[in-house]
Amino acid sequence: MHDVLLIPVVEAPMPLLLPVFACRVSAGFPSPATDELEGLFDLNKLLFRHPDATYLVRVMGESMAGAEIHAGDLLAVDKHIEADHGHIVVAVLEGECTVKRLERRGEDWWLVPANPAFQPYRVRNTEEVHIWGVVTHVVHELLPGKLTALIQSYD
Amino acid sequence: MFGLVDCNNFYVSCERVFQPRLEGRPVVVLSNNDGCIISRSQEAKALGLKMGDPYFQVKGLLRQHGVAVLSSNYTLYGDMSRRVMHYLGQTVPGVEVYSIDEAFLDLGGLEAHLGRHIGGSLTAFAGRIRADVKRRTGIPTCVGVAPTKTLAKLANRLAKQDAALGGVLHLDSDERRRWALGQVAVGDVWGVGRQYAQKLTAAGIDSAADLSRVSEAWARKQLGGVVGARLVRELQGYPCAGLGSSEDGSLRRQSLTCSRTFGRPLRERALVAGAVTSFVARAAEKLRRQGELAHVLTVFISQNRFAPGAEPGGHSRSAVLTLPVPTSDTRELAARAGQLLGRIWEEGAVYVKAGVVLAGLEPPGRGQQLGLFGGGPAAPAPVAAPVGPAPGAALMAVLDGLNERFGRGTVQLAAALGPAGSGPVPWQGQAAWRTPAYTTRLEDLLIVK
Repeated sequence: MHDVLLIPVVEAPMPLLLPVFACRVSAGFPSPATDELEGLFDLNKLLFRHPDATYLVRVMGESMAGAEIHAGDLLAVDKHIEADHGHIVVAVLEGECTVKRLERRGEDWWLVPANPAFQPYRVRNTEEVHIWGVVTHVVHELLPGKLTALIQSYD
Repeated sequence: MFGLVDCNNFYVSCERVFQPRLEGRPVVVLSNNDGCIISRSQEAKALGLKMGDPYFQVKGLLRQHGVAVLSSNYTLYGDMSRRVMHYLGQTVPGVEVYSIDEAFLDLGGLEAHLGRHIGGSLTAFAGRIRADVKRRTGIPTCVGVAPTKTLAKLANRLAKQDAALGGVLHLDSDERRRWALGQVAVGDVWGVGRQYAQKLTAAGIDSAADLSRVSEAWARKQLGGVVGARLVRELQGYPCAGLGSSEDGSLRRQSLTCSRTFGRPLRERALVAGAVTSFVARAAEKLRRQGELAHVLTVFISQNRFAPGAEPGGHSRSAVLTLPVPTSDTRELAARAGQLLGRIWEEGAVYVKAGVVLAGLEPPGRGQQLGLFGGGPAAPAPVAAPVGPAPGAALMAVLDGLNERFGRGTVQLAAALGPAGSGPVPWQGQAAWRTPAYTTRLEDLLIVK
């Protein structure tokens, strides 16, 4: 089973502000483009449809490796979006949180891992499983950084 | 038209969002230092546990029924509250954040616009707000809707009590308003304190309905003048109060209190003084955040009221000082608080709790009295000098900046640090069952399987 750690998104004390330019910026010399600075944007707002309903979740285990979700990754989970067939969701199963793909097969709903080493789970009744939120983004470190360091600290 | 959204068992509900296994089980959250119960799940209420029950008195009962006991995790509750309030702010024309888990909504003129979207009624709209808060945060709420704030509060109360109402009560007609007034005891009306409740009951006024029928003259005479008259008018359905200002989504406070039960009982004056200093620092920080100065400083210290032989009410002592010049400077407030502590200190007594209250708050530069002997806003400057920022303001701004950036308590007064090399300060509260700050610390993660 796939383990996740829950970290709701905090409004960053210092939002990640990236400048947006209204004209093409040439590299190599101090640019007159600073006059054309149009505004700043917050990555949280850019990426997340509902920032106040979005929570960060931390992944442990490789049951979703086939969906490019790996141990140590951060997932953005939107609780506002209604879960549907094909969504990757955080589901509460027997009081525990797990990340799986939600699939409808005929009349049944399934929680399906993206790793052949793990078994799909058929939802027998809606009382035993409850959808916590829909995964909208994966934050995966390509260079080892804070997330990698953190997962190592659990080992 | 006003709405009141109130989160159900807010602290317990926050905990359940991140620990779904607590769903359906009795759960309680304890106050600072695990002193007493401050939030209960429905199941815990059903066991007869009361708000304010001291933990040590109900320990056996909690264990016997397998009640999940948690220390308060205000970092988490604060963030979940922010999410709820932010959503409400996006959804209705006006919001007054009344407390961490309650907000008044301005629904004036909204009904005309509801038609196309949802059922056309405020009842349906309130139901949607409730469903959305639940979906976005996992927090259950109840919503009262009525022509006045007092009635909205009352409607909310009834919505909480009667599950058949589906969490929403809209007092949309005069009959329904009258019915609702009949359901609520006069002591449970918002704004009726315990003393007035006794007085009213003695006068034969038992329900909110009875209170709504008294004359204005009677209300003025018996219920504190215009405040009482307004209360009665509000129950009759005539709004006398709009939404209060809530800057940055948080209400401007009339007074600021910081008080804690100590981690262990203290008898050394230096340690209690250290605790008082650290509480002053915290309160002064909040004061500066809302950009105000305090006129009145109160310090209190308490002995154990559960100790054998303790006199009822005799366990707490306080001292009050009106400051010559209002200030928000931690250093000055701490020095004054130290003097106040000296006045009420009793050698040999054992203290379990202390607190600091800053009152008489006002923004700087409003008809302030300048100190005759310096220390005032424009201390040694010529008489005609404009009232500038207090001399310590820049230092305090740097202090706040550092503590915000590097974490609370990065820079503090030496007196608040406790004895050298003694580890955690002895007045720091104990929180044996605090859940991690899921919301604010990457390192503080909950591991769920």
